[in-house]
Amino acid sequence: MDISEHEHVIEVTDLRRVYGGGFEAVRGITFSVGRGEIFALLGTNGAGKTSTVELLEGLARPAGGRVRVLGHDPYGERAAVRPRTGVMLQEGGFPSELTVAETARMWAGCVSRARPELEALELVGLGGRAGVRVKQLSGGERRRLDLALALLGEPEVLFLDEPTTGLDAEGRRDTWELVRALRDTGTTVLLTTHYLEEAEGLADRLAILHEGRIATTGTPDEVTAAQPSRISFRLPDGYFLGDLPPLGALGVCGHELAGRVVQLRTRELQRAATGLLVWAEAARVELRGLDVRSASLEEAFLGIAREREVAA
Amino acid sequence: MSTLALAPAGRRLRALAGAELTLLGRNRSAVTTALLLPLALPFSVRPAVDQMDLGGVGLSAGTVMLTAAIGFSFLFSVYTSLVGAFVSRREELVLKRLRTGELHDPEILAGTALPALCLGLAQSLVLSVGCVLLLDAGAPRAPYLTVLGVLSGLVLCAALAALTATFTRTVESAQVTASPVVFISMIGSGIAIPTEILPDRLASVCEFLPLSPAVRLVSGGWSGHLSAYEALGAVATTLAWTLLAVFAVRRWFRWEPRR
Repeated sequence: MDISEHEHVIEVTDLRRVYGGGFEAVRGITFSVGRGEIFALLGTNGAGKTSTVELLEGLARPAGGRVRVLGHDPYGERAAVRPRTGVMLQEGGFPSELTVAETARMWAGCVSRARPELEALELVGLGGRAGVRVKQLSGGERRRLDLALALLGEPEVLFLDEPTTGLDAEGRRDTWELVRALRDTGTTVLLTTHYLEEAEGLADRLAILHEGRIATTGTPDEVTAAQPSRISFRLPDGYFLGDLPPLGALGVCGHELAGRVVQLRTRELQRAATGLLVWAEAARVELRGLDVRSASLEEAFLGIAREREVAA
Repeated sequence: MSTLALAPAGRRLRALAGAELTLLGRNRSAVTTALLLPLALPFSVRPAVDQMDLGGVGLSAGTVMLTAAIGFSFLFSVYTSLVGAFVSRREELVLKRLRTGELHDPEILAGTALPALCLGLAQSLVLSVGCVLLLDAGAPRAPYLTVLGVLSGLVLCAALAALTATFTRTVESAQVTASPVVFISMIGSGIAIPTEILPDRLASVCEFLPLSPAVRLVSGGWSGHLSAYEALGAVATTLAWTLLAVFAVRRWFRWEPRR
């Protein structure tokens, strides 16, 4: 056992994935996840989240770069890695004619150190549905069955690809609690999501993927702090952008004018907002539609998504 | 080390095969086909068999019927049923899900195939006993060749089914993609028509069809007409087909639906 295993349970270096048609889904990404950490991969559809996770799960061989899970190559040394990982695919597959209990029993027979099947089903709240055929489960129940199977082997590392998609608000909260409880017992969790509040509330660290690259990474606070805050309002009639006080002096680092709507970006929200309001008061104008918003993960996310639109 | 590695593999295979057996039992059309067809067909072709000039080529109605019955079991209980099973597990994303766990790829295919293989084996056994008792087929002269034929035929059918599944997109289209092997085998491999009554030149070509050697071993073991040289040739041919199919499956098998 090498020492690095204890520091970084997942290590990804310059990872690349190219599909048969030549499409480069993952274009050189690097990150690491420590033991007992929840790491979230965020991104728009097609950003490369699932393509990345599948490489970590050992389902495919990378076109370039390196993946280490628990110190091993998940594709080439699967026998060393698989007994210690649990996987929940974005779209899980179970024979529709088996019952929940039969599915769990089958999966338990394929796992080295399986916990009792009913215990795993109860963890996800499916204990009462053991006799039901998979085809009769709702979409959310199917996701929870998938999660139960991922937990059957008491994995050290858990890969969850969009674990709460299709769940209702309550189911989503239950899943978050379960994931936090697992983290607290030392399980390392890598999840993908396109729910920003999920990443913000659950992840210890996250990376936002964009077109196969990591656009930004860090703790939710760090990622948010890197984003400017925003002020937007309607330019009063008869006024022009040049009539506003010097924007640089207010700490504004960028501005846009769309029709009559002004949008200012600033890293000193209070100073900029105060300056603007003092000016409006003195000029006796009303800033209609005034919206003052501190940076959020959503801003970071939308900012990155917008870059793509601009580029396209 | 090897027993250490084999024990969990055996456990995994059992778990997967058990689930697959449950599924087989719940698939009504598969059960009907698997149970009725091999049992009913040989009796329904009985009148045709009685028309054939079998005595002239040294065959008895009993062995011809038995060979036909075991051949139908190969084709319908194992081959076509497994093409459907592999395709539907892939389309339901079951194979992809299984690959995320500890199962190795060959275990996934073997576990899925196991119940159908056992069914085929049981059918061959029942058919043999039935033909001996009801059709006066007589005891096999070289039973080991018949056993070898049944086993090699079953394994090859499973491998061919996995290969057929690689280029079959839906369960519905499996009926189409599986039909070439079914028809060619029925006509050319001595299942519906004994190869002995085919023209010589055609018969010698048909010897090299995938299921011909297995069928030949089954019937030859019963009649005792197979020389050691011919038996070895049949074993070599069936082995070659099996290796070819396994190689092709390893190379081209699709574990996920095309999207």
